[in-house]
Amino acid sequence: MSSDKLTLKQRFDRWMIKHGRVLVIGIPYFWLFLFFLVPFLIVLKISFSVAEYAQPPYTPLFEWIDEGITITLNFGNYLFLLSDSLYATAYLNSIRIAAISTIITLLIGYPMAYGIARARGSMRSVLLMLVILPFWTSFLIRVYAWIGILDREGLINAFLLWTGIISEPLIMRQTEFAVYVGIVYTYLPFMILPLYSTLEKMDVSLIEAALDLGCKPWQAFVKVTLPLSMPGILAGSLLVFIPAVGEFVIPELLGGPNTLMIGRTLWNEFFANRDWPIASAVAIAMLLFLVVPIMWFQHIQTKQEEREQ
Amino acid sequence: MPEAVLERAHEDVHKTQPWNNPDAVPYIRFENVTKKFGDFYAVDDVSLDIYRHELFALLGGSGCGKTTLLRMLAGFEEPTSGKIYIDGVDMAGVPAYERPTNMMFQSYALFPHMTVEQNVAFGLVQDGVSRSEIKELVAEMLGLVQMSKFAKRKPHQLSGGQRQRVALARSLIKRPKVLLLDEPLGALDKKLREQTQFELVNIQEKVGTTFVMVTHDQEEAMTMASRIAVMNEGVISQTGTPFELYEYPNSRYTANFLGQVNLLEGVLVDDDEKYAVIKSDEANCDIYIDHAVQGHEGMTFWAAIRPERLRLTKTEPEETKYNCVSGKIEEIGYLGGISTYHVRLESGKRIKVTEPNTGRHNEPTYTWEDRVWVSWEAGAASVLNK
Amino acid sequence: MNGKRSTFLISALVFGFAFLYVPILLVIIYSFNEGKLVTVWAGFSTKWYVSLFNNDGMIDAAWNSLRIGVMSATLALALGTPAGLVMSRFGRFKGRTMFSGMIAAPLVMPEVITGLSLLLLFVTLEQLVGWPAGRGLSTITIAHTTFCAAYVAVVVQSRLSGMDISVEEAAMDLGAKPAKIFFVITLPMILPALLAGWLLSFTLSLDDLVIASFVAGPGSTTLPMKVFSSVRLGVSPEINALATLIILTVSIMIVIASFLILRSERMRNRAANGSDA
Repeated sequence: MSSDKLTLKQRFDRWMIKHGRVLVIGIPYFWLFLFFLVPFLIVLKISFSVAEYAQPPYTPLFEWIDEGITITLNFGNYLFLLSDSLYATAYLNSIRIAAISTIITLLIGYPMAYGIARARGSMRSVLLMLVILPFWTSFLIRVYAWIGILDREGLINAFLLWTGIISEPLIMRQTEFAVYVGIVYTYLPFMILPLYSTLEKMDVSLIEAALDLGCKPWQAFVKVTLPLSMPGILAGSLLVFIPAVGEFVIPELLGGPNTLMIGRTLWNEFFANRDWPIASAVAIAMLLFLVVPIMWFQHIQTKQEEREQ
Repeated sequence: MPEAVLERAHEDVHKTQPWNNPDAVPYIRFENVTKKFGDFYAVDDVSLDIYRHELFALLGGSGCGKTTLLRMLAGFEEPTSGKIYIDGVDMAGVPAYERPTNMMFQSYALFPHMTVEQNVAFGLVQDGVSRSEIKELVAEMLGLVQMSKFAKRKPHQLSGGQRQRVALARSLIKRPKVLLLDEPLGALDKKLREQTQFELVNIQEKVGTTFVMVTHDQEEAMTMASRIAVMNEGVISQTGTPFELYEYPNSRYTANFLGQVNLLEGVLVDDDEKYAVIKSDEANCDIYIDHAVQGHEGMTFWAAIRPERLRLTKTEPEETKYNCVSGKIEEIGYLGGISTYHVRLESGKRIKVTEPNTGRHNEPTYTWEDRVWVSWEAGAASVLNK
Repeated sequence: MNGKRSTFLISALVFGFAFLYVPILLVIIYSFNEGKLVTVWAGFSTKWYVSLFNNDGMIDAAWNSLRIGVMSATLALALGTPAGLVMSRFGRFKGRTMFSGMIAAPLVMPEVITGLSLLLLFVTLEQLVGWPAGRGLSTITIAHTTFCAAYVAVVVQSRLSGMDISVEEAAMDLGAKPAKIFFVITLPMILPALLAGWLLSFTLSLDDLVIASFVAGPGSTTLPMKVFSSVRLGVSPEINALATLIILTVSIMIVIASFLILRSERMRNRAANGSDA
C-alpha cells in the first residue's frame, strides 16, 4: 500500500515540476492583467462614450440592436480636449512645472549627495538615514507643513512683518512658487539617493588622476565627476519628474486656482464635473503623451546600459 | 693602472650610481617626513634621497606607508611634518595639479567616459596646448606604448594590459619631472607582468624620466629598480641596490622580505679581528663567520643564509665542526628548474634548501625521510642583530 | 581635502537638511500650541492631542487605513515575491515582455490614472458579474495591492539579481526540489528584501490619497482622505498633533530598525574577521 502512496506523492512532485513554473508565473500575471491592464481597456472604451445622467454616468458602447452588435464610437471627447485650450495648457503647464522643479531639486540635491558621499563612514549612514526618514512619514503631512509656513497668516509672513522688512503680507501660498517648494521638498530624497549611489561608487582616484594631470578642483568636477554622475542625475531626475507631472495633492493644497496641472484637471473632471468620459479621455491622452514616452525612454536607457556592460 | 683610466672609471660609477657620489645633488628629497592619520603614524620621520633618471622602488607589505609616501610626493596628502623637495623646490603647499609629477594609478583610473585618445590627451588639453600639437604628441605617445590601433576605443573595451599602457601613456605625455607608479603591474596576471616589467624599464630608459614606484612584489622591485627602499611600519628599514639588499640585508625584516632565508638564532661565543663564531642552540651547531662582528661575546645574533647557498649531501661531510647540521627531508617541492627541500634538523628546527635540477635524465637524488647533511661556506651567512 | 570645497559642501548639507527638517519641526512645535493660529504662540498645551483622540471620524479613518495597509502589504508580498522571482530567475518565457511591462508600468503611472482606471473596472465588473458589490475597504485593498505588488517585485528582483545563483544551484545539486529550494534557501536569503518590501507597501498604502479617493465607497474613508478634507481649508492644530504622532512613530521605528541592521552587520563583520584569523 505504501508504494501506492509513494507514487501518488511522486506523481504530485512530477506535476509540480512540470506545472509549478506556470503556477508561479500565472498568479501574479493574472492579477496584474486583471487589475492593471484590463482597466485601461475599460478607460479606453469609456473615453469613446457620451456622458449621461445615469448610473454609471455614460452611454454603453455596444448595443444589441436587431440581434447585432452596434458599436458607437464617439470621438467627441477627444475633439473637445483639442478644442478647449484648458487641456493643452494644463498638459504643458504640468511638464513645465515638473521640469523646473526637477532642475531645482537637482541643484539642491547634488551638493547634498556629494557631501554625503564624501562624508566619513559612520557620519554617512546617519546622513543617509536623515534623507530617507522623511520619505517614511506621510507625504500629505509634509505638503501640509508648508501651508502653515507659506500662508498669508503663515510663519514666514509673521516673521517678516515682525522684523518690519515688509508691511503687507506676501502672497506665497496659492501661487506657482508654492507648488515648486512643495514638489522640491517632497521629492528631494528621490533625487539624493540615486545621485548618492553613483557618486559613492565613483573611484576617487579618477578625480585624483584629473588633479594630477593639471585640473584645478572645479575643472576636475566639470570634466570627470559631472559626466560620470550622469546616470545618477538621469535616474534622480526621472524619479522626481515622473510623479511631479501627474501630481494632484501639491497643486491642490499649495497652488492657486490658476495653477493648472493635468492630474488636477482629471480629478476635477471626475469628481467636480462627474464627466467620466472626458476624464477617461484625459487619462488616455496622459497615457499616450506622458507615460508611453517615459517608458520608452526608460526602455532605451536599460538597453543602452546592458550594451555597455 | 694609469691614473686617467681610474678616474674615468670613477666618473662612470658616479654617473650610473649617483648615490655613491658624495657630490651628486638628489633630485627628490624627503627630509624627516612624518604623516599621521589620527594617532596612527603612516610615515614616521622618513628621510630619503632619489637621484635623477633613477627607477626607484618603495617596497613593503600593505600598510607599511609606501603608498602614503608616494601620495605625498604627488600632492594628494600633505606631510604632518618634514619637507619634500623636487628638483630643489619645496613642495609644501603646492597642489597636485601644479606639481611636476604625474601618477600612474594602481586602478589605472582611466576616465571611463573618454576614449583612449581623449584620456591620453587630457593632461595636454588642461595645459592649453594647441590642437595640432596635442594630436602629434598623442600619436607619438600611443606609438611608444604600442596602442595606436586602439585610439578610438573606450577603456572598458580594453584588456588589463592595454589599460595599463594607456595609463602609462597618459601619465607620461606631460613629460613630468617625476613619474609616480602605484603598483604599476599589480592588476596584471603573472605572465603579462613579467613581460611588462622589461617594457616599462625600456620605456623609462627611452624617455629618461625619473620613476618612483610602489610595489609589494619583491621580484618586480628587484627586476626593475635601480635602487629599492624597504619599508616597514612607516619606517625605511633599508635602502640599496637589489644586490646590496639581497646579499647584505641589515635586518631580519629585509632578509625575509627579499627572497627566502633561513634564520638561525645564536649567541656570539668567539669574536676575533678576522673571524667570529656564533653558537646556535636552535640548530645545534656552531656557525663560523669569516669576518669580524660588531658586538660583544654573549650577544644574540641571527645568521641569515639563503636556501640556495646551502649544500645538501647524503653522506657526512669531512669537516663537521662548523657550519654543518643534519636532519631528515620532510617536504619536497619540485619547481622544474630547482627543487626545494624542507629539512627537519635533529634540534627540531626546519630549514629550507634549494638545489638546481641540472640534468634532465637524472633520477631524483633525495626522497622523503632521507637522512641528509646541510652545510655552507664561511662567507654564506649574513650576521644580523635586529 | 580642499578647504573651500568642504565648506561649500558642509553649508549645502546644513541648508539642505534644514530645508528638510524645519517644516516638520515647526509642525511638531505648533502641535503643542494652546491657540488655534499658527503664527501666535499662546502657550504649551496638549489639548489638541485630547481632541484628536476624541475625534471619532479621525480614529475610524485611522483604523481603516491600518487595516487596508496590513492587508494590502501582505497580499502585495504574496504576489510581488513570485513576480520578482520570475523576473530574475525564470529566464525567457512567452509573454515575458508584457509581464515586465506590467511590473514596471505601475511605478511610472500617475496616481490619477491608476485610480480612475481601477474605479471604472470595479464599476464594469459590478455591472457584469455583480462583484464587487459596491465599493469600500475591499476595493481599496485590491487597488493598493496592485501597485504595491509592483514595488515588491522590483525590490525582490534587485535583491535576487545581486545574489549568487550558485547557492541555489548547490542546493539543487544536493538534491533539493525547486519548491524546496525556494522555501529553504532563497526565501531566508531574501528575507531582508521581503521585510523592506512589506514595509514599503504598508507605507505606500497608508500614504495614498488619490487612488483611495477614486475607489472608496461610503464608510470607507481612509486617514489621508480625512486629513486631506480638513487640510484643504487651512492649518488645523489637530492635524499638527496627528502629524507629530506619525512622525514620532516612524522615527522611533526607523531608529530601532537601523540599530538592528547596524548590530547584525557588526556581528557579521566580527564573524567574518574571526574566521579569517
